[in-house]
Amino acid sequence: MALPPGVSEADFAAALTDFRAAVGDEWVFTSDEDIALYRDAYSPYWGEGEERLASAAVAPATVEQVQAVVRAANARRVPLYPISTGRNLAYGGSAPVYSGSVVLDLKRMNRVIEVNERSAYALVEPGVSYFDLYNYITEHNLDVWIDPPDPGWGSVIGNALDGGGGWTAAPFRDHFLVHCGMEVVLGDGDIVRTGMGAAPHAQTWQQNRWGYGPWVDGLFRQSNMGVVTKMGFWLMPRPEAFLSATVQVFNDRDIIPLFDILNLLENQHVINGSTGVFPGFGPNAAAWNLQLPIYGPANVITAQMDYAQAKFETIDGCRFIRNELIRTPLSAEDRARVRLVNFGIPDLSTFGMLGRTEQSPNPAGGHIGFSPIIPRTGEGLLEYRDFFRDNAAEVSGGENLGIIGPVFMTNWERSLVALIMFPISKDATANGKIRAAFRKWVTLAAERGWHEYRAPAVFQNDVAESYSFNDHALQRMREKIKDAIDPNGIISAGRYGVWPKHLRDA
Amino acid sequence: MKARKSIIKPLMLLLALPLASTAADTHGDSTQGKAHFNYWCAPCHAAGPGHPGTQSLTVKYRGSVPAELEQRKDLTAALLTSAVRQGILSMPPFRKTEVSDAQLADLIAYLTTR
Ligand SMILES: Cc1cc2nc3c(=O)[nH]c(=O)nc-3n(C[C@H](O)[C@H](O)[C@H](O)COP(=O)(O)OP(=O)(O)OC[C@H]3O[C@@H](n4cnc5c(N)ncnc54)[C@H](O)[C@@H]3O)c2cc1C
Ligand code: HEC
Repeated sequence: MALPPGVSEADFAAALTDFRAAVGDEWVFTSDEDIALYRDAYSPYWGEGEERLASAAVAPATVEQVQAVVRAANARRVPLYPISTGRNLAYGGSAPVYSGSVVLDLKRMNRVIEVNERSAYALVEPGVSYFDLYNYITEHNLDVWIDPPDPGWGSVIGNALDGGGGWTAAPFRDHFLVHCGMEVVLGDGDIVRTGMGAAPHAQTWQQNRWGYGPWVDGLFRQSNMGVVTKMGFWLMPRPEAFLSATVQVFNDRDIIPLFDILNLLENQHVINGSTGVFPGFGPNAAAWNLQLPIYGPANVITAQMDYAQAKFETIDGCRFIRNELIRTPLSAEDRARVRLVNFGIPDLSTFGMLGRTEQSPNPAGGHIGFSPIIPRTGEGLLEYRDFFRDNAAEVSGGENLGIIGPVFMTNWERSLVALIMFPISKDATANGKIRAAFRKWVTLAAERGWHEYRAPAVFQNDVAESYSFNDHALQRMREKIKDAIDPNGIISAGRYGVWPKHLRDA
Repeated sequence: MKARKSIIKPLMLLLALPLASTAADTHGDSTQGKAHFNYWCAPCHAAGPGHPGTQSLTVKYRGSVPAELEQRKDLTAALLTSAVRQGILSMPPFRKTEVSDAQLADLIAYLTTR
């Protein structure tokens, strides 16, 4: 067992004693083999000196236990790293950003506190996964949908806090956006409820996001200002039906009117599903394919699709292919042929892209993504595509490192994310080349004004550094806030590039 | 079943600390094991398309053993313990807050007595 940096053996032992008193011996993990379970299985530094490793882990079951652990850690300056379900694969797994931190594993706090069908919201604890919330809703026969990300074992809270997203209708796909109310334990063990939760008798915690006065919830997104112990989320009432179409255009530059029309239709809320834009391959293929899903009442979405079709057909040569209407709840037949997450059903099928396939019988096993936000226009997309093509060989040092992209992701309203994917293995030489390539993409893209919305733990400093307007004024402000509400800097040091004072100066 | 479990569970709690890695040697409950399998493993290891573990093992073994773990006759406690606690390829390990040592013993009982 390693010591947290800067903490004496005596202080660490005393903190561990306090942790055990708070949560019970069984839930404080200090043996090497137990601590190894907190390693990031997809770490770009696997087995190397810079791999981020925990010194111990502690797993409380209640908010009071969280407070006791945080107070004990604060008293001895022991760094903590809270995780919810710790399945943050591709972004750091369950490992801390700052090596030597004690992982505060909230998986055991797994109560669905409330799902309110009439007002369409849920209030959950951090250990509740998408599977858990889905099972709860199914068992209680409630007519609301969740919005799962691809991996269903993730935490509804943890995913939202990391800036994650899913695959049903807008706005529900943007998980932080549709949260409503939080409970947070601060670095001194104090407990705060945000929004209407600050009013002791209010029964409206999940019905008004803002409450009264300055809104602080954003401070806890991609952040290290506190330990979130409860969070509310707005849910989508089950839509009656789903209708999709594929739009094909045949000239490369048709992507420009294609995006203008798509943006118009999305901003008018005519199209609310998770669209996708893909280039065509082969001699007679379309230049671009756009997938266009709509959720809602059957007759209403049919009319919306008619409206969308008329708009797209103003593009010369456009083909508009409509698919059959799908009603919900899904029939067994439909269930077997759709992508489940588009219908609010969590699964783990996404991991199929990382396992063995006929085409790739010996894959790397893991992956990470570089995902900058670029302008959501056809011109923006073409510029990025050409940028990737023109720089790919040089960035990879002339080798084929298995980097693939760009995948254009339109799932957030108003935004376009251009994802590049990198394989991660357990081989230090291969991973070293991937890291070098990743950092080059960060720098090259930043020169064009393209910056990431989320980053793997080990690259969070690099990306934070690129948000540098006015001599990093935003970062400096965040540091002031961090120092004010967590003066000993014990919570999630370094997360998203925000370091506490004693580690900035060091 | 019930009576046996109530004796074994507290015993394993005692054993869990100094002998964490010997979960495989203790006797689990295969009915519980099936429930843990359905919750933690089936999303990747059930039969049919959309199950990444089954997909990967189809390519790995090319029919020499069944791709579905529940159909295998050759699974050992050692292989299961190493897969669950060390991970394998894209399958990450499971922490003890997810699959405890007692639950791992249940899983082993379920998957090795078929
Ligand atoms: C193949 C593949 C596909 C993926 N697809 C998607 C996808 O479709 N959408 C998507 O969003 N992601 C996706 N991911 C990324 C990731 O796996 C998910 O976002 C996952 O939900 C994150 O893990 P988690 O939910 O267990 O969160 P956690 O690991 O619990 O939390 C993530 C981070 O948030 C912070 N945090 C968590 N809980 C707390 C708390 N209570 N208080 C304070 N801080 C906290 C911690 O810093 C933690 O490291 C994918 C990954 C892979 C490998
Ligand atoms: C995220 C998907 C996923 C989950 C969940 C998962 N596995 Fe796996 N598992 C895989 C993949 C993929 C492989 C295949 C690795 C390979 O091809 O080498 C695998 C391989 C295995 C193997 C090795 C089999 C062999 O002969 O090589 C065992 C044993 C195993 N898993 C057990 C489990 C158990 C037990 C659980 C539940 C606690 C579980 N897995 C959960 C994806 C998963």
